[in-house]
This record gives sequence, C-alpha cells and structure tokens, in this order.
Amino acid sequence: MNWTGKRLPRLEDPALLRGEGSYTADIAIGARAVRLVRSPFASGRIISITPPAEMSAGALLVTGRDLAGLGTIRPTLARFNYVAIGQPILPVERVHFVGQAVAAVIADTPERAEDLAEQVMLDIDPEDAVADLDAAMAPGAPVLHPEAPGNVLVEGQLRQSGCDAAFAGAAHVVELGIRSRRQNATPMEGRGGCATFDRATGRVRLTASCQMPHMLRTGIAELLGMPEADLQVVAPDVGGGFGQKMALFPEYPLLVWLARKYRGSFAWIEDRNENLIASAHSRDQRHVIRGAFDADGTLRGLEVDILSNVGAFSCYPVTCGVEPLMAFAEYPGPYKVPAYAARARGITTNTCVMAPYRGVSRPAITFGMERLMDRAAAQLGIDRVALRRRNLVDSFPCRTAMGMTLDDASYIEAMDRAIDAADLPAFRARQAAARVEGRYLGLGFAVFNERTGYGTPAFAARSMGIVPGYEVVDIAMTPLGEIEARIGASPHGQGLRTALAQLIADRLGVTPDAVRIIHGDTDRTPYGWGTFASRGMVIAGGACQIAADKLADRLRVLAARMLQADPAGIVLRDGQAFAGEASMPLAELARLAHQRSDLFGSDVADRRFNLADTASYDPGGTFSNACHLAEVEVDVETGLVRIARYLVVEDAGRLINPMIADGQVHGGVAQGIANALFEEIIYAEDGNILTGSLADYLPPTAAEIPDIEIIHLETISDASITGAKGLGEGGAIGAPAAIGNAISDALAPFGVDITELPATPARIRALLRGREPTP
Amino acid sequence: MTTQRITLTVNGMTHAIEVEPRRTLADTLRDQCGLTGTHLGCEHGVCGACTVIVDNQPVRSCLMFGIQAEGRSIRTVEGLADGATLSPLQQSFWDHHGLQCGFCTPGFLMLATWLLERETPIDEAELRHVLSSNLCRCTGYQNILKAVREAAKGLGKWVESAPA
Repeated sequence: MNWTGKRLPRLEDPALLRGEGSYTADIAIGARAVRLVRSPFASGRIISITPPAEMSAGALLVTGRDLAGLGTIRPTLARFNYVAIGQPILPVERVHFVGQAVAAVIADTPERAEDLAEQVMLDIDPEDAVADLDAAMAPGAPVLHPEAPGNVLVEGQLRQSGCDAAFAGAAHVVELGIRSRRQNATPMEGRGGCATFDRATGRVRLTASCQMPHMLRTGIAELLGMPEADLQVVAPDVGGGFGQKMALFPEYPLLVWLARKYRGSFAWIEDRNENLIASAHSRDQRHVIRGAFDADGTLRGLEVDILSNVGAFSCYPVTCGVEPLMAFAEYPGPYKVPAYAARARGITTNTCVMAPYRGVSRPAITFGMERLMDRAAAQLGIDRVALRRRNLVDSFPCRTAMGMTLDDASYIEAMDRAIDAADLPAFRARQAAARVEGRYLGLGFAVFNERTGYGTPAFAARSMGIVPGYEVVDIAMTPLGEIEARIGASPHGQGLRTALAQLIADRLGVTPDAVRIIHGDTDRTPYGWGTFASRGMVIAGGACQIAADKLADRLRVLAARMLQADPAGIVLRDGQAFAGEASMPLAELARLAHQRSDLFGSDVADRRFNLADTASYDPGGTFSNACHLAEVEVDVETGLVRIARYLVVEDAGRLINPMIADGQVHGGVAQGIANALFEEIIYAEDGNILTGSLADYLPPTAAEIPDIEIIHLETISDASITGAKGLGEGGAIGAPAAIGNAISDALAPFGVDITELPATPARIRALLRGREPTP
Repeated sequence: MTTQRITLTVNGMTHAIEVEPRRTLADTLRDQCGLTGTHLGCEHGVCGACTVIVDNQPVRSCLMFGIQAEGRSIRTVEGLADGATLSPLQQSFWDHHGLQCGFCTPGFLMLATWLLERETPIDEAELRHVLSSNLCRCTGYQNILKAVREAAKGLGKWVESAPA
C-alpha cells in the first residue's frame, strides 16, 4: 500500500467536526481572567496608573512597576546595522503604540475583569507620534528609541560590481514604485494563553495558541529568570496562525509570572479588537524598482530600494529584519539578474509590531517584479510572456545574485501551462468586444518562486541571534504495536498529523491510523521550531521519514531473528514483517521486543531494549514555484473589481496528500486576494488605529472569493529527501501580483496601472478620475 | 452583578443554570453548559463562528443573551452527530476537506445545517449568499462550498442554476 500521494481525509477532523476540539479558550474556562488595559495613545509618557476605586474581592491590578527587574523582549541580529531594542512586558515610562498593554486587571470572570479594566485611570502625557514611513523618516522626526536616531532599526546594502555598467549601457531603464499597505493575518482564533501553577511540582503549564511552543518556553524562561525546565508550553488545537503566532508576545510571560507569583491559574483570551490592533501587523512596505533592459528585453541589472514599516518594536525571535531583509535577499525571484543592487531598511514607527505573515515579503516583491515585467513589456513593445521567457531561469541548479542555489523547478513550464489554460486569443477577443460596450476586462499573471523548507544554514546566513531550522522526531513503537512519533514542529491547522502519518505508514508498512503524531507539548516532544516558512512537510516530514526508516531497520533486524532470515530480505507490509512466505505481525514483534528481550540478546549486536529511535533533518532549502493567473472585470464607474477566473499552476514537488495541498493553495490565494483588493490596517496621522473591528477590516467572504482552479506540477528535487517542497505560503504570494497585473491590463485604455495594494474601489476611482479611455 | 436562574434546552437536554443577565448565549453555552464547540471569533456578530440554531433559525450566539434563550430550542455543533455517526453534512466536510484549523467549522456547520433543513432547494447563488454570512481564514471557502453542495446533492436539495 502506498499512502503517500493519496487524498486521505484528515485524521484530525472527526473531533473538530463534533465540536470536540480543544482550543486555548476551552482549556482556560475556570481560570482567573486577565484583561489588559491598553494605551489609547501612540506615544506618550506614563504619569500614573490608578486602580479602580472599588476592586472586587481577589481582584488585582498589575503594572510595569510590579515587574521590575524582569528582562525585555529583545531579539538580536549580528549584521545589517541592526539596532537591538527591548520591548518591556508592561512599560513603566513610555507607551509606543495604540493598543500596547500597560496594565493588567485580574478578576474571577472575564466580564468582571473587563468592568474593572474600564475603571483603571491611565494618566499618560501624549507626545508627537510617527505613524507612517514618511513621518518617521522626515528630518527632525520624533525618535522612538534613543538607540536608533533616524528611526532606522536595520539596513542592508549591496551593489554588485556590474550594476553601474548595466544601467549605463541599458537600452531601456524601466522604473516603478510600489506600495503595499498594512495587513493583519487575522486567524479566526485570536491569541490567548492560560498559565497554571502546579503546587506539587512548582512547575507552570502555559497553554497558548502559538506556532513555536519550544521557542516560547525558552524565551519566557529567559525573560522571567526562571528554570526553563519548570515551564511546560502546550499548543493545543490552534485556530490558524499564518505567521502571526510565531512571535513571543508580552502577554505570555505576564501570564507565567502571574501563575508563579500567585500560585494559581490565569487566562487571557484575546478579543478581536485586541487582535486587530495589538497582535502583529505585516506587509507595510514601499519599494522603488529599476530594471536595466537590453533592446531585446534581456534584463541586465536590477536595483531596488525597500522600506518596511516594522512598527514600534522588533518581533522575537525573527527580528524586524524579517520583512526588509527577505525582500533584500530574494527580490530577483525566478529571474536571471546578472547585476543586482539593493538597499533595504526597517523603519520603526508608533504602530503595532510587524511580524511574519504568510509569504512575509514575497507578496510585495512578487508584486514589484511582476508589475515591472508588465511595464517593461509595454515600454519595450514586447509580449509579456516572451519577455518573461527570455529572463526566467531555465537551467538548474542556478546560483542567484545573492548566492542562493535554485534547485530543479519549472518556472517556464508553469507559465506556459497557465497561459495555455487561459486561451489568450479568445480572451483578447472577449476583452475587445467588452470594451466596445464600456466594460473593462483584464488578464494578468504572475510567475514567482519561493524559498521553502530551509533549515539552519539559511537562518544562520541572516545572522540572527536565535537560529531556527532543524526539526527532530522521536519515534517509537509501543509494546502493543502502535507507532508514536513525537515531533518538535507544531502545526496550527494544516493537517500535519495526517500527512506525516502517511509518510511514516509507507516506510513501516502500516496504515496511517496506526501512527500517532504527538506535537505541541514541550514536555512530550523533542526541542524543535514549529510550522512557518513553508517548512512542515519538508523538514518535519524529512525527519519523520529518516526516523521511520531507522525504526524499520530495527524491526527488520528483530524480524530476521524471529523468522530466521536475513534482515535485508525482510519486507514490512500490511502490518506484518515478511521473509518470503513466512511472516509475523509487527504488533507481535513489538511485544517480543519489549517483553521478551531475552529472545534477542546476543543475536542483536547493540543489545537495545526498546523500539525507539530519533532522527533530525536540517536541509539547506528548496524552491517551490508557481504561476498565478487572474481574469478580472473592473467597473470603471465604481472602481469595483470582480474576479472572473483564477488559476494556479504550482510546483511544490511531490505531494504527500494532494487534498491537503489543494486546501493550502486555496487558503493562501484567498488571503492573497484579500491583500490585493480588500484588507488594510489604517492608522490616522496621530497614530490612532481606524480599523479595530471586522466591520472596518475586511476579510473576504464566500461571495468575494471565486472558484480557484489548480494544476499541479511535480518537479522532484534532491534538495528535499521526501521530494516535497513547501507550499503553505505560495497561494498568498502570487495573487496580489496576478490581480494587480489583471486590473492594470483592464485599465490600459485609461493609461493607468496599479502600484498600490489593496486596489480598493476608492484607489481605482482615484486613478480613473478625469480620464477617458483611448480606443 | 446579580444572577438569574434559568433552564436552557440544548440539543434536547436541559441545563439548569444561574447566569448574569448580561452574559451572552455563547459564553453561557461554553462556560456554563460545558459546550465549548461553539467558538467566539469576534464577539461583534461579524464572523459567524458562534452560529447556533435557536428555534430553527441560525443565530449569532455572541449577539444574544443566555437568558433570552430560555424556553427555546437551542442546537449546537455537539448535537449534530448521531452517536458515532456523523451527520451527512459533517461527513461531507470530512470527505471534501471542508476544514483546516477547525475554528470556524462549528459555525459553518450550524449555518449550513439550517440551510439544508429548509424546504427550498438550493442553487449556487443561494449557497454563496448564505455561506457569505460567515468567515473562514484557512480554506478560501472552496471546500466548504463543495462540502455543502455535495451534502445538498445527497439530500436531494440541490438544483443547478439556470444558465446565465
């Protein structure tokens, strides 16, 4: 039986479908409720914090003064002129953004904690705030952190030797400025945690809706100066994360501190307003891109200037370099760029902290590169497909301008498949006919690659103080024959339990339901990193495969002893070990291995008494790729965009569970469409946030998301031992560029194109105002 | 805050409880009836994660007080399966990968259960219209739509839309 490649329904689902999942808020029932009092000002000096006149019995108010002596959240980066700044758990002197927690009220129920929190009197002396890139970079702008005059927290700079010559000798220089507005990842379950003190052991168990439980444990223990071994972090069912839940947020150490100090159980369950204003934001970037082209359309040089608004502090552990430095390193994407120059800066402002969100910088850089290609095609009078074909990397492996190795992929094939499926001539005919009727159709596409499944070498190259990357798996067979795999990675809704069980089942000749994947608990799993950066199937999957092979080898040795055969000739299949015609059930072998080890003794050289092994995997990384194609209709009277067709041709190598893979693409594309058309976190000039509810911040519904067609290509690369490349993020990466290009195509008769996301009706109307179409 | 004694009928079972009048139905179900399958995604009535069925109507349980539900018939996700057997809709969600993180799922299941129990047949436009009441962040809605569509077909409730 081959389980890999099957559309197996998920092992996770029955409990979730019955309402029997266990999310953080479910576990928190009965704990004392923590309500945070958050700053109404973007910048200011804290004068005093006065408790409510009448605190109910057992209620508490905690401020930064109570936490004196504790550390600050202060991730580091050893390069790129990084300025390390510390974020206090609760501030004592100053507030830095609207929504920053300044005090905590604790009561017996969430309602009473909210009542009391409303009565806390904050006396804050407001100061001038800088809420956007321009304000923060203006001469004489207020400085957020004295360590960073000019408000620059990180800066990468590079100019390759051939760059000047490439631009000097270019037949055409094509230039473009793009703006990506701020987004919130908006998992349906917000953040939340429940910390419980165990009087018998003196330990604390923190249940938290998080993506990186091990890292959270280390970070909290360090901040609080407590033994890490006295803290257990559990990620139960997690209701989505998309990167937002990677970070160490101040609320979690606060909960652990409370549990230890008051020897009880304390829970904070974020509400939607808190999630929108105070969790983490992303994608607030501005790029200027210049391409030097030969007359025939060959790209000779690329120059980019990247600004990223990283908010008031630096997210732990990846730092505020995560967006600007990814754009810096990966801008050329799938294109041959012989000479590259880049400058990338992370700018601090009085806004919510930036953290990774599905795709991180790639949605913005793909938007930049693919808009540049369409502009260049128009400027040079070359067909868009032909221009890309001329410049896409077409032989592998290929070393990029930044020294990364592009492994086997299908950049041109993916584009060709998408273009074939789109039937361009038929579309052009429909487009022309529609224009006569005053209707504006457009077709756009985006080609991109995505570095996925990268381990420590890639993170180490960024010089992060904390270098994530490897994953470890402990695998064991119980005496009754079930397989347990304890993984350091921690999924948050992707279906990893099912897909990893499929991989393991094939190596051991069992069914996936005989495999238990144990995750999300620092007491029960080996140290590991988590699910982010499209790495789960590649790295945790690779480690599971190696671990399963080791266990299989061990089973073969034991079976060989019992069946009096050569281990090399033992086949594991259908829950049995076969030596030719002879066989025995694996469960029987497992029982003997544990309970009759005397049978093996001297015949098994290493005299090991258990059926367990451990494996790790730490690959250098691979590159997935895709072409997204969108057909849109723009109502030029209202500026509304309707997506008529959406097609993805994607190549993520071998698909372990194609059904789950499709689901990842669907969800990513929906978030990419949201990025392209709908979602925007907006701050007023004074740093007040204007999008604090789901009535203002607009995730799309089933009415806005069209049918999404998917064509899979499977280029197998030896950069991943399972053959799988990561695909969690790709959907979100391609959509803004494909839709931006499609709208631009639709509006070409008006002489305008899209450079700012989301392309809301107001923005499109602003572009069109006063313009008439040219026939 | 004073409390009030009420009896709620949820999935055919009665729960005699004491609640603050201001406590929402969602919090009452979760905290006092032990039914944590109903999830809170926004508490503003926008996301629909907390949808339950009250007297045969889908209701945002974050916008209704627990005491308002006294004397009514409340149905939550915990009442959908018949013992070990999932409802046809639940089974369809499983078969068609209609969920990922599972947080919005109970709300979609209750909304779609109501849709499938109506007398009127369902076409694509009606399906999209009704399901656009709720938010999902993982699935891009593709497989939720498919799961409900296939369940409707299985129940003989589906009609193909007239060609445009």
